[in-house]
Amino acid sequence: MLDVGRHPKINVLAYSEVVDFNGEIGNFNVKVRRKPRYIDASRCTACGACAEKCPTKVPNEFNFGFDDRKAIYKDYAQGIPSVFTIDPDHCKVILGGKCGVCQKVCQAKAVDYEQKESFVDLNVASVIVSTGYELFDATQIPEYGYGRMPNVISSLEMERLLSAGGPTRGHLSRPSVIYGEKRLKELPKLIKKAEKDQKEDQKQILEQEMKRIEEQVHKYHTAKKLAFIQCVGSRDFRFHKYCSNYCCMHSIKEAIIAREHEHETESYIFYMDLRTVGKGFEEYKVRGAEVSGLKYIRGRVAEILQDEEMNPVVYYEDTEKRQVVGMTFDMVILANACSPSKGIRNISELLGLELDENQFVRTSPNNPLDTNVPGIFSCGCAQGPLDIPESVAQASSAAARAAEVVMTEGLPIAV
Amino acid sequence: MKNSAQDDVRVGVFICDCGSNIAGYLEMKELVEFAKTLPNVAFVQENLYTCSEGGINEIKVAIPRENLNRVVVASCTPRTHEPLFMSACEEAGLNPYLFEMANIRDQCSWVHMREREAGTNRAKVQIAMAVAKAAKLRELNRIQLSLSHRAMVIGGGVAGMSAALALANMGYEVDLVEKRDRLGGILNDLNMILPTHEPPDKLVNNLVGRLQDHPKVAIHTGAVVTKTEGYVGNYVATIQHNDTENKIKCGAVIVAIGAQPLKPEGLYNYDGNKVITHIELESKLKLGDVQAKNISIIQCVGSRSKERTYCSRICCMTAVKNAILFKEASPDTKITIFYRDMQMYGVENEELFRKSKRLGVRYVTYDPDRPPRFDGESVSVYHLRMGRDMIVPTDLLVLSTPLVAQDDASEISTMLKVPINENGFFLEGHVKLKPLDFATDGVYLCGNARFPSTIREAISQGLGAASRAAGVLSKEALFTSGIVADINPDTCCGCLGCVAVCPYGAINFIENRGVCQVNKVLCKGCGGCAATCPSGSARLDGFSNQQIYAQIEQAMAV
Ligand SMILES: Cc1cc2nc3c(=O)[nH]c(=O)nc-3n(C[C@H](O)[C@H](O)[C@H](O)COP(=O)(O)OP(=O)(O)OC[C@H]3O[C@@H](n4cnc5c(N)ncnc54)[C@H](O)[C@@H]3O)c2cc1C
Ligand SMILES: Cc1cc2nc3c(=O)[nH]c(=O)nc-3n(C[C@H](O)[C@H](O)[C@H](O)COP(=O)(O)OP(=O)(O)OC[C@H]3O[C@@H](n4cnc5c(N)ncnc54)[C@H](O)[C@@H]3O)c2cc1C
Ligand code: SF4
Ligand code: SF4
Ligand code: SF4
Ligand code: SF4
Ligand code: SF4
Repeated sequence: MLDVGRHPKINVLAYSEVVDFNGEIGNFNVKVRRKPRYIDASRCTACGACAEKCPTKVPNEFNFGFDDRKAIYKDYAQGIPSVFTIDPDHCKVILGGKCGVCQKVCQAKAVDYEQKESFVDLNVASVIVSTGYELFDATQIPEYGYGRMPNVISSLEMERLLSAGGPTRGHLSRPSVIYGEKRLKELPKLIKKAEKDQKEDQKQILEQEMKRIEEQVHKYHTAKKLAFIQCVGSRDFRFHKYCSNYCCMHSIKEAIIAREHEHETESYIFYMDLRTVGKGFEEYKVRGAEVSGLKYIRGRVAEILQDEEMNPVVYYEDTEKRQVVGMTFDMVILANACSPSKGIRNISELLGLELDENQFVRTSPNNPLDTNVPGIFSCGCAQGPLDIPESVAQASSAAARAAEVVMTEGLPIAV
Repeated sequence: MKNSAQDDVRVGVFICDCGSNIAGYLEMKELVEFAKTLPNVAFVQENLYTCSEGGINEIKVAIPRENLNRVVVASCTPRTHEPLFMSACEEAGLNPYLFEMANIRDQCSWVHMREREAGTNRAKVQIAMAVAKAAKLRELNRIQLSLSHRAMVIGGGVAGMSAALALANMGYEVDLVEKRDRLGGILNDLNMILPTHEPPDKLVNNLVGRLQDHPKVAIHTGAVVTKTEGYVGNYVATIQHNDTENKIKCGAVIVAIGAQPLKPEGLYNYDGNKVITHIELESKLKLGDVQAKNISIIQCVGSRSKERTYCSRICCMTAVKNAILFKEASPDTKITIFYRDMQMYGVENEELFRKSKRLGVRYVTYDPDRPPRFDGESVSVYHLRMGRDMIVPTDLLVLSTPLVAQDDASEISTMLKVPINENGFFLEGHVKLKPLDFATDGVYLCGNARFPSTIREAISQGLGAASRAAGVLSKEALFTSGIVADINPDTCCGCLGCVAVCPYGAINFIENRGVCQVNKVLCKGCGGCAATCPSGSARLDGFSNQQIYAQIEQAMAV
């Protein structure tokens, strides 16, 4: 990322989208809308002084709401381009109110509340579509309880929890505890208010809640017994028929990392087939069992319920023991499928691209990077689920195809 | 502070506030005053943001005005900002290697946010260390080299052919060297390809035709590369064809030598007749020479085991493919696949998997601790999911064996000085981020030589390797970094310690003189050799012992 940001021949247009497109191979005209950041990117040094002082807190979507960010923010420290952005839906000034704190503290004079969107016209010989994927929305599978039960989380939420730079600094706190701690901060104020308003009933209810949460938080701080549920939304006729390619490996990875953080962690991975087809993957899986004590259980999970202490209980058919069993966990992590990105429809219409039946950009086995439009190529998860090494390899291939365009007018590699 | 000033050295120190990131937690005025007291320091300035346009300008103006011949910036991390400050020096006419950085943000203000005094003292030490080293810096130069814009691809399978064609289409001359007498690799031995449902000849002929017609491609079939000399941009390769030897120059090399299916000698009574491998099955199918009615296929024969730990990625899809082809040709053929996990990853494979089940292919999970047995008539196995033994009459047993490294992989690895892993597959520079590069510049890899792959993946990787190679070939000249190692031939004892540690294959042993020599084009300045060399002959420019001792002295002085 750093190399991309620094390369003299790469012009990064972040926080931007393609709004108009025409032309043909060798000569495409692209109009790009640059959304206003309300920050002069050429001045901002990403020092963060503004965010420190900004009074407006917003749930941090980058960390799935596990913590808060400010109305002036940057997703994470290493992000490229290294610039802060004002969130127009929450900044007091942009919403017409009073504040202006960030402008005052910014010594680089980068804050500009008047900034408007702008448009950039590009003329390019070829285009690469690498718009990636989206996480499958697991609320579509009600029997897994995602969205209803705090301690059933998605794979990406797990990544944030495990990240040293994440909301818990890598500590595997139970989400019920994270939310509970947040609530505990609010409760004393609410109780005081109830007291002042002489609402004795309400006060009692709040006090009970406080006591209950305190116990919860105390008792279950760290999640130590974890269940990973594979193929959530993948290999499932109701949703995606395909296999999402990388989720077996990321569950194993997450389970191994969880164990590295906390030695008492016990992880169970519920799977149909463990797909360990990459270089070193099978070895990684075996090491997961031998060194990190992961338990691999062949069986599809039927249902997840929750006991009164907010522990998820996983019901599954153990196909090797041939019986339906229930097991209680501290936390359940779903291996959400790799879904096509929602924006791909819009992009494909603008560019005239064909999508396949799954809504990924259509390519073919003999011409793995070529789309139906000569001069437009696609790589990475935009054309189907792929892990990082395959995506990176494809990115180089797409670059090769784009470079060939100049010489060959985009003849496919094999017809 | 022990060391005294050197006469002609004038160090300029620029101390960055980083907005409030540094200035908010450290006593900046104290740092400025402290820097002024250091030996050789001629000028000190505090900047709000040294990296901003204004800050950079202040450096550029101060160099000539204050007659500075060394620059120190005390700010953030060199990882992100060193190149910027070095080019500021260069633009002001100062050799960029006369620059040194002190990281007083990440290592001082950030980690000592609540300890103002301690953080400030720590920053003083960092600045003193940087100034002391700066005083000892010498000018270093990047050497410019010319290069050949030609490429050589070793291996003419689908991966190598795709790479060669892409490079030629980009305008580079390519030599494609294939050991067998025809291009196409393993595809020549296959019967039918899925998911395209095409005979392999179609794809092969198409690629071969385009290569043959291409004016920029020289095809050498029945040929091998026996020797390569040189380094990125300037290789000389010897290609041997029958009794003739041919020397070619090239700037980049792509390794695409593929892999070979394992012959399962001694397993399941393998005889090449009733018990065969998939590659043998495909040859038989091509000849229309299979009559079996009860076919059993066993997965993971010789793979995912103690002696061969990896999963070979493509044998599950191959088994499913052949099962589908059988079922399509004669629906009442009974086919049973004994497996551990069906590796039908992704969109296309999973689709094939479903199709095979629709066609009635039977799948039986087995436990690797209780593998299937074959007695010549039937396969018996403990069925994991049903929890009992089962017997499957079998008149043809197909073994799904993994792809294993080519026999000459290790020779090629030695010849090009690029690594192979414990299974003999070539080892990329970084498994996630550089899948098609070797750590050594100028050599790239793709296809089954890297790891078993489908045709789609092999084509994609071939194109990708071409793109990586073009990154070198498209340069007008190559530059070495200034920070490179050097070995003193007078004291080098030829122990080869440095050769063993260099991760980039940058050190050569000069046999007739019995000493080692650094190839400055390949050297990345990691310092491994300098730290290893027992006779102190290897040293790294920009990190000499004197420079580092000067820093250590300052660190110890406080
Ligand atoms: C929980 C989890 C863990 C994983 N762990 C691993 C791992 O350990 N190892 C591994 O190899 N793989 C892992 N993967 C897989 C990995 O995430 C993917 O292989 C990789 O991100 C694919 O890269 P991509 O560039 O194709 O797509 P993405 O990463 O999705 O990037 C697409 C980019 O395009 C942008 N974009 C989308 N639409 C538009 C538009 N219309 N205009 C402009 N920009 C747009 C998006 O904002 C995004 O930045 C993991 C996946 C998940 C879900
Ligand atoms: C039984 C079987 C069935 C398969 N079926 C399918 C399928 O249906 N669909 C699919 O997508 N994939 C299939 N595959 C996988 C596919 O065949 C490979 O992915 C693909 O052929 C790999 O191409 P490659 O160029 O990397 O290697 P190869 O095809 O092995 O080519 C390597 C070439 O390098 C040459 N070589 C080796 N050493 C040297 C040397 N020292 N000097 C010069 N040349 C050298 C070899 O002679 C060979 O020509 C199948 C594989 C097998 C084994
Ligand atoms: S806007 Fe100003 S205060 Fe905020 S990060 Fe950028 S430079 Fe710093
Ligand atoms: S003006 Fe907006 S972004 Fe700036 S400090 Fe106030 S609320 Fe935060
Ligand atoms: S990679 Fe694994 S978890 Fe993901 S869909 Fe495929 S089989 Fe299921
Ligand atoms: S691809 Fe299938 S048969 Fe081949 S090693 Fe992997 S699991 Fe075994
Ligand atoms: S400094 Fe590192 S890269 Fe350079 S020759 Fe020595 S060991 Fe090799």
